[in-house]
Amino acid sequence: MKIIYKKPEPITKTHTTYCPGCPHGIAHRLVAELLEEMNLTKKAVIVWPVGCSVFGYYFIGTDAVEAAHGRACAMATGIKRVHPESFVISYQGDGDLASIGIAETVHAAARGERISVVYINNGNYGMTGGQMAPTTLLGQRTTTTPYGRDAKLNGFPLHVPEMLAAIDGPAYIARAALDSPQHIIQAKKFLKKAFTAQTKDLGFSLVEMISACPTNWKLSPVEAMERIRREVLPVFPIGEFKVAKGVE
Amino acid sequence: MGEKILMKGAEVIAEAAIRAGCMAFFGYPITPQNETPEYFSRRMPQLGRVFLQAESEVAAINMVYGAACTGTRVITTSSSPGISLMQEGFSYIANSNVPCVVVNAMRGGPGLGDIAPAQADYFQATKGGGHGDYHSIVIAPHTIQEEADLMFDAFDLADKYRIMVVVLVDGLMGQMMEPVEFKDWVDVKKFKTPEWATVGQGDRDHRNIITSLSILAEGLEKMNLHLQEKYRKIKENEVRYEEYKMDDAEYAVTAFGTVARISKTTVDMARKKGIKLGLIRPITLWPFPTEIINKRAEQLKFFLDSEMNEGQMLEDVKLAVNGKKPVYFFGKLGGVVPTAEDILKEVEKHIEGGK
Amino acid sequence: MEKKVIINEERCKSCGLCVSVCPKHVLRISEKLNSNGYHPAELFDNDNCISCGFCYLICPDAAIEEVRRLEPVRK
Repeated sequence: MKIIYKKPEPITKTHTTYCPGCPHGIAHRLVAELLEEMNLTKKAVIVWPVGCSVFGYYFIGTDAVEAAHGRACAMATGIKRVHPESFVISYQGDGDLASIGIAETVHAAARGERISVVYINNGNYGMTGGQMAPTTLLGQRTTTTPYGRDAKLNGFPLHVPEMLAAIDGPAYIARAALDSPQHIIQAKKFLKKAFTAQTKDLGFSLVEMISACPTNWKLSPVEAMERIRREVLPVFPIGEFKVAKGVE
Repeated sequence: MGEKILMKGAEVIAEAAIRAGCMAFFGYPITPQNETPEYFSRRMPQLGRVFLQAESEVAAINMVYGAACTGTRVITTSSSPGISLMQEGFSYIANSNVPCVVVNAMRGGPGLGDIAPAQADYFQATKGGGHGDYHSIVIAPHTIQEEADLMFDAFDLADKYRIMVVVLVDGLMGQMMEPVEFKDWVDVKKFKTPEWATVGQGDRDHRNIITSLSILAEGLEKMNLHLQEKYRKIKENEVRYEEYKMDDAEYAVTAFGTVARISKTTVDMARKKGIKLGLIRPITLWPFPTEIINKRAEQLKFFLDSEMNEGQMLEDVKLAVNGKKPVYFFGKLGGVVPTAEDILKEVEKHIEGGK
Repeated sequence: MEKKVIINEERCKSCGLCVSVCPKHVLRISEKLNSNGYHPAELFDNDNCISCGFCYLICPDAAIEEVRRLEPVRK
């Protein structure tokens, strides 16, 4: 029998702390697969965020640091600047990256820091119990928008890749989705380009991954994936927003 | 040691740090210490080292945190409001056991305050400032030469204990020019990546994880106990102070940094008048020189603690004296600097009152 | 015949995503219980599995550890 797929080596034996059906684990596997395929595991330092993936270093077996909430891009900058040989990944959620850490993200991008950001957008603060995030859709009910997100009160969802694509520092900016095998294959292709942007010293790279939060969305894992296609992707379309020469 | 150079304090900090092997600077502009980052921005690229102007002090300290996780000698410099913004990072750095140096050129507060020299961040620097049970080593030079010397010690202590070292100066120490002689350059080629550093696993048989997190209370207690054990060792080994004309003193001024410098003149003036005044000058504000102050209480009639704040180190002096003798206080607020005469007048007032 | 889909039952959290994306409907949630109290997914119809790997791709827990395909028979 020929092996078609095999769990990548950097995925540790430790079972994740994520809820059943949480796509964080899919994103972890994609990161791990690429580290293995691109021979980067031993060079990698992953900066983990505050959020559900706060324990990420238990699940992907690389050198790792744990950042303060929102500061992952700054911490990643510090590591990469003094140790350019390291392959530096910042793994962040939407509350971490797009709310409390938006300044660090935008400026790391503007400086063209040679770091790769995995940005998980599930439209709410999962770990703290499902509060409104900057990415929460209009009308979406969360524990802090019990009547649905109202643009007059809470403003509009933040489109990070579109924002970052407007500045000059990034080498690769894309949005993928983790809802289906097809989209997951595409997400990996995007992420590979993001990693390449760093290995080729081209600039900052970020891939937003549209994710789900079945627990706080109060949907089954399968229904949550359906909701991504039905409600989220029309607002957050998949695509590549910036591709520098050489990333391909 | 080389020749004597006339230099501004703020630039001496940078040059001394560079000679001490500082490989990276991350910071954000703030008065009254902008000459320090500006100096770094000129010198670091010449030496192939890192200078980065961050988007905020919040980002700057987290860049320092990241760089510190690689075991690289790293520094940030700022002034009071900027230091307030960094407190979260300090707390993380403390519980992550990574080394770095932070210079605070204190200015008048609270709030936006002013840009005049002050010492009102003593509590913040010595008692934590950020959340949780932690300390940083805090050192307070009182001359430009001492500033130059202590920068070397700051990096050595940071590496030795894997701890943040705060060099606490004020605007005056930054703007003043004095002749200074630097210690020999530290040979940075001899630096090795420490075994605990997170730079990628490479050939190591284990991976390194640097975190201040432990979700189980027992685990976090362990981390805390480790910190407390480290602090105990530091208290045992690293207390520094200077005594000035204390041998026969009947009265003592306690002061640090700029006020200590002024108080030396006060002591000389008092001695000319026949008043047996001395000075105890803590060099490390944490760990605090409790023992010597307690010991000197035996021979003294009183202490006068003088600071450019409302009486912050005063509390540590009182704890050290432990009720044995009176501890008076004389302070100036909001960036006003006391004169030697001001302090002498206070000493005389209390001598008079004691009669 | 050897299994085409190797499932680590202990890692499985019974989310059902693999079952939902399987084009040949050869996976299901089993009656078994793992030590975490989840009913792990199982491949109940190995013959009809086409080794597409969709289950592997969507599995959030790396519980689908391997997907294998029969080598074409050489003549």
